[in-house]
Amino acid sequence: MISVQGLTKSYGATDAVRDLSFSVDRGEVVGFLGPNGAGKSTTMKILSGYLPADAGEVKIAGFDILSQSLKARSRIGYLPENVPLYPEMRVGEYLRYRAALKGVRSRLINEKVDDALELCSISHVRNQLIGTLSKGYRQRVGLADALVNEPDILILDEPTIGLDPGQIREVRELIKGLARRHTILLSSHILSEVEMTCSRVLIINKGQIVATGTPAELRERSGIALSGSVRMEIQTADRANSESVLAILQSLEEVASASLAEGIPSTTTASISCWTRYEIIPSLSSSSSGDPRPALFEEAVRRGWKLRELSAHESSLEEIFTSFVERIPGTPKGKTPTKEPAKL
Amino acid sequence: MRIFWTLWKREVASAFQTPMAWVILFFLLLVTGFNFYAGVSVLNHGPTEVTVVESFFNTVFFWFSFLLLFPLLTMRLYSEEYRSGTIEPLMTAPVRDTQVVLAKFLGVLFLYAFLWMPTGLYFLIFWWQTHLTSAGAIGAYVGSYLLLLLMGMFYLSLGCFCSSLTRHQITAAVMTLAVIALFFLTGLLSFLSGHVDTMMQGITITFSPIDQMTQFSRGIFDTRPVVWYLVMTGLCLFLTLQSFQARRWRS
Repeated sequence: MISVQGLTKSYGATDAVRDLSFSVDRGEVVGFLGPNGAGKSTTMKILSGYLPADAGEVKIAGFDILSQSLKARSRIGYLPENVPLYPEMRVGEYLRYRAALKGVRSRLINEKVDDALELCSISHVRNQLIGTLSKGYRQRVGLADALVNEPDILILDEPTIGLDPGQIREVRELIKGLARRHTILLSSHILSEVEMTCSRVLIINKGQIVATGTPAELRERSGIALSGSVRMEIQTADRANSESVLAILQSLEEVASASLAEGIPSTTTASISCWTRYEIIPSLSSSSSGDPRPALFEEAVRRGWKLRELSAHESSLEEIFTSFVERIPGTPKGKTPTKEPAKL
Repeated sequence: MRIFWTLWKREVASAFQTPMAWVILFFLLLVTGFNFYAGVSVLNHGPTEVTVVESFFNTVFFWFSFLLLFPLLTMRLYSEEYRSGTIEPLMTAPVRDTQVVLAKFLGVLFLYAFLWMPTGLYFLIFWWQTHLTSAGAIGAYVGSYLLLLLMGMFYLSLGCFCSSLTRHQITAAVMTLAVIALFFLTGLLSFLSGHVDTMMQGITITFSPIDQMTQFSRGIFDTRPVVWYLVMTGLCLFLTLQSFQARRWRS
């Protein structure tokens, strides 16, 4: 649905986007991820037909964004960053205006506007002036605007920025619901959000794509997938001090190193509460595919420790993202970086 | 065409949804009302050579409120959209640049015409009260209101162009006023040079709204100003379109 080839755009001497190429297939939800100033918004402005690129080609549903601009634009619902709206208009009035502008047939306008209002749960503010709305509502009006003509493609620039946690959850649910009917490209610098909503992630930094794949693939490729943090919380029967427990743990073949988990009070308090939390980093050379949990369990059973928690901590997208963005430019994609295992 | 009307309707509606149009209307009617009253008072003093139409359209009050109207009406047209960023959703909708430029121009032209409409009531009341034949001279009304419309088209398109250049409304307003003043004052050149030859007359009748209004408000029709204003309006709208399109490449 979206195909981008060799996109380049610079503002004066600074390159915002350099030779960017990617494509988005029908029905995909793609997350566009990058730190501030990475070129996300610029790319989205070019895709939506607002800015022309210096070089490169953008095709929206097969239409060139420059030479067949109107056809391409009518297939896109675009939510710009910061959602600029006319403050003097009322919500319903604005959406009817936008629907007419996007070529929705007159007799269908009321119906489509009602649907969009319903979908974004803003029906109750339809007669309110946009200027009096809160940030969260403005965001949803912008989203309703992007949806009103039921375009094939939605381009959403930071759809959850400036919202409170409750609203963020609502918008995420909404986007997930929309994924059934639309192809979506959304940008964000909040990684957990992308992980939750997107089937594929493009990581962009300094105007270039540094990695692409599903969140799981990226995790694998970043080489910090099993960052090793296995957390184990136990109570020893004989109230042995943590040093001796650590010694036992470290003696296991599957364990590279063990330590007291961060944020756990000193041994004295730990011995009062009796529950002690350890952090174990698996030895990658071991035969047990890097997962020390079965061995840890067996050890706990043999020694009669009570086990309250035994969990492997998967590296978050956050860590993966950092690992990609911080890589020296020019490092081939997918190459495992020599990086010490990330901390919890 | 439908998209054009949608855009046009929003332009007109937004002018009336904000207090802007009403404030301008209030002060315009205040000044022109006083202007009309003053004109009628002059007529009351004894026989004069001027009609009520001439005494309305050829005063300082009229020209002052007339010239101030344009920066006020046009300054926000593009600047406001640039500044608030609403230009982005607007131009990512499937609309043509020409549609936007024309809708904005014709929207503000409608507003301009709407503002002057109540002044017609003054003459209606005057005619109804006095039954003077000169007050019922259709030619004078057609001439003066036609010229008002033509001058309005030119100056409004000039204002559109200035507004399309900048994201600051005040800058747009100052530019508009300055350029209009330049054209307006060129028409006063004949006052500076003592003698009036044919060339000077040509310049005067083309540039000087004052001289044109003196003629048109007597019902004398001259095609030169008509062509001049139509051509200049077209030129300014063309420049507006260029600057509007160039903005996308600059940013």
